Amino acid sequence: MIRLAWLILRKDLTVEVRSGEIAYTTLFFAVTCVLVFAFALVREGRPPEDGAAGILWIAIAFAGNLALGRAFERERQAETLRALLLAPTPRPAVYLGKLLGIVVLLAGTEAILVPLIALLFQAQLLAHPFWLSAILAAGTIGFAAVGTLFAAMLVRARSRDVLLPVLLYPITVPVIIAGVRGTAALLQPQFEGDIVRFWFALLIAFDAVFVTLSLWTFESVMTD
Amino acid sequence: MSSTKPAPAPKEAVRASRRERGREHGSVTFDRVSVDDVSRHFGRRRAVSRVTFTVARGQILGLLGPNGAGKSTLLAMLGTLLRPTSGSIRFGALDVTTGSEALRALIGVLGHDLFLYPELTARENLTFFASLYGIADAPGVASGALERAALIDRADDLVSSFSRGMRQRVALERALIHQPRLVLLDEPFTGLDDASTAALVTRLKRLREEGAIVVLATHDLDLAEGLLDEAVFLRDGRMVHSMTRPDALRSTYRSVMTGQP
Repeated sequence: MIRLAWLILRKDLTVEVRSGEIAYTTLFFAVTCVLVFAFALVREGRPPEDGAAGILWIAIAFAGNLALGRAFERERQAETLRALLLAPTPRPAVYLGKLLGIVVLLAGTEAILVPLIALLFQAQLLAHPFWLSAILAAGTIGFAAVGTLFAAMLVRARSRDVLLPVLLYPITVPVIIAGVRGTAALLQPQFEGDIVRFWFALLIAFDAVFVTLSLWTFESVMTD
Repeated sequence: MSSTKPAPAPKEAVRASRRERGREHGSVTFDRVSVDDVSRHFGRRRAVSRVTFTVARGQILGLLGPNGAGKSTLLAMLGTLLRPTSGSIRFGALDVTTGSEALRALIGVLGHDLFLYPELTARENLTFFASLYGIADAPGVASGALERAALIDRADDLVSSFSRGMRQRVALERALIHQPRLVLLDEPFTGLDDASTAALVTRLKRLREEGAIVVLATHDLDLAEGLLDEAVFLRDGRMVHSMTRPDALRSTYRSVMTGQP
């Protein structure tokens, strides 16, 4: 299953490197979002306290929704999703490959967003790089785990662009809250290790539940 | 762009992979496909209603009917993409609902949409799908397929730069890359010029000679006329007629669909 997921991931990244479609639109949207917040909230060079954490996760959630929709739209246009489902592979491998592709794309966007937000909001986001990476990775996996399943489910729905955020955001509220609170704890002058670990553990628990549920249900969801 | 890389015994590589997969999935084989009283509903709409037929190895069966007759839904069920609402589809002794993964290794599908990634080259597409089917020497098998499609000179060009006929040839090789036992084709002649159509007909006849089971949904009665061993006529999801060794397809089709002689 890992080999097949890797095959699908490699194919998705090759397609993305050639077209740049998802990476550019996601990045453009996320950077615009951050700039709008910066113009609105930073007054006389003073950013709002703890605002950086919320804005980072809002940008990730919005950009993630965009990336999820486009990733499956691409598979729908040439009906290649059908070809993947017709192959004698465990269907969860298709899910895993698509999930990893979304995570890699979002990680690339986050690599640009973090220094940009740190600069515009004068936030010490890079003070604890290990914990920041851990929280971002766990949060991104949780968000993408739910999003990949819903995007695949909705791929044939006529109003999929509207339905995806309607379904995705309520379910991923715990991820976004844990991500915001965990990141905000990193920004405190005194490092609050217990609080960071608590939110990180919550994200890991969320990831475990939703990745397992998605792997379990993907076969039946995609067959009918 | 072109490549002169020879295809190293692609058939042997496919056979070796199939043996390997056979060990993984348990030995799955079949020499006939039986569709028995199959229906498929989408909500209250009946896309397919109580269809029954059997097709054996070395036969080409045609699903004939107007748009919305249920041909594509039937093909999707044969391809294990949809489950029947009622009735059963059996591949030899095996039911479609069991052993789907092993069955899919023996099914090749060429849809109206070609199932190719336009941003990948022809070689990358075929290598990707060969790997997905667990073929050991995927690049070698892909090269062999490109030679059969007479596209080896364009192997490293993006599929998006190909004409419809060239894409169709790549798509056919994609569908057959794992030497499937059951080949499902949905309107395969659409948009093809005469040369590509003739090549496809020749390929289908060769598949029949090799003992494959071919199920073909088509509107093109003239092409179907000399090709089919069995014909199933569908209208509004129902099977309204069937013929063995069909001839005079056009007049039969007219009388079956419109009630006019």
